[in-house]
Amino acid sequence: MTALAFTLIVLAISALAGFLGALTGLGGGVVVVPALTLLLGVDIKYAIGASLVSVIATSSGAAAAYVREGFSNIRIGMLLEIATTLGAIAGAVLAAHISTHAIAIVFGLVLLQAAWQSFERSQTSSTASASSDALARRFRLDGSYPLGNVRQPYGVRNVPAGFGLMVGAGVLSGLLGIGSGAMKVIAMDRVMKIPFKVSTTTSNFMIGVTAAASAGVYLSRGYIDPHVAMPVMLGVLCGAFLGSRVLVRARVHTLRLVFGCVVLALALEMIVNGMLGRV
Amino acid sequence: MDDNRLESMMSILLRTGVLLAAAVVFAGGALYIAQHHAQPVSYRTFVAGATDTRTLSGIAASAGHLQGEGLIQLGLVLLIATPVARVAFAVVGFALESDRLYAFVSLIVLAILIFSLLHAT
Repeated sequence: MTALAFTLIVLAISALAGFLGALTGLGGGVVVVPALTLLLGVDIKYAIGASLVSVIATSSGAAAAYVREGFSNIRIGMLLEIATTLGAIAGAVLAAHISTHAIAIVFGLVLLQAAWQSFERSQTSSTASASSDALARRFRLDGSYPLGNVRQPYGVRNVPAGFGLMVGAGVLSGLLGIGSGAMKVIAMDRVMKIPFKVSTTTSNFMIGVTAAASAGVYLSRGYIDPHVAMPVMLGVLCGAFLGSRVLVRARVHTLRLVFGCVVLALALEMIVNGMLGRV
Repeated sequence: MDDNRLESMMSILLRTGVLLAAAVVFAGGALYIAQHHAQPVSYRTFVAGATDTRTLSGIAASAGHLQGEGLIQLGLVLLIATPVARVAFAVVGFALESDRLYAFVSLIVLAILIFSLLHAT
């Protein structure tokens, strides 16, 4: 394959991944890595390096919009970033010490979770808590979000458990070059009882910082290859931008089901190939 | 300085960083394709590339000579620096709000990021 053909194909795949990732809320990274490794035979280390930089680009771009709407809670985000950045460094170090087959299998398992999540009907799960517990009060984590014309106040609970899960989300991000937004949302929405919309936007806010913590390790190891990262970053960014603009008009439910099937197929292929030592 | 103002300034900072990084990556990519479009490539087996794409000094030198790969990496370094700048901005912002606790929390995150970036590269 010539450099031009490779660049154009990767650009197209990445734009599609970014578009679908933004429409479904799962992010572009989870699709771009299996697409590059399974379709084009790119080594998974180049794929996760390119994915990591695209994750920084899309999360920073989207965070810029969310922050202005007043949903994300920067104090919660900043406190939990201590956990995710430490986890991300550990994950990036771990990535160099385990085999690429093992990375592929772990990636497949994360994809399985993503597929399951897109089949799930309801996204708003927990009932938000009105009052904070003692530790959350100590850290002044409670806030309010816009609901109609008023601001709805909310409390925060279970900070240590949420913090622990965030370390795990960071490890996965550093190991696989993804944003691991799904796990961040679980930690905030289900465990810390933060309202869903606040959880998703704050998660997005944290993804870029988490990814930046492992980016240095990736760069110095050569995982961030300019020839692979350039079309992935530009493609995912354009796709995600388009995806966020058509979001209101698209039939998201049908799309989630289709996307879930694709992700499920990718997950199984990733796990099988990892076990057979082909990825 | 209040929370709303802090947040809207962060939003401008993030968008500027991403757009600037994308523009530099695009310029580097265009240069690389113009020079190497017919070159056969394969990324099936991982080989850590030359140091001029892996270290900050190497990237700066390569980008300074207007090489496509160097410019792409420079754009990616700018992109990585964007969330770091956001955290640095939060340290200052919380300090101006006289929120010592969160100025300190942001400072810890900033220290972790800088340690990771400097230690690795």
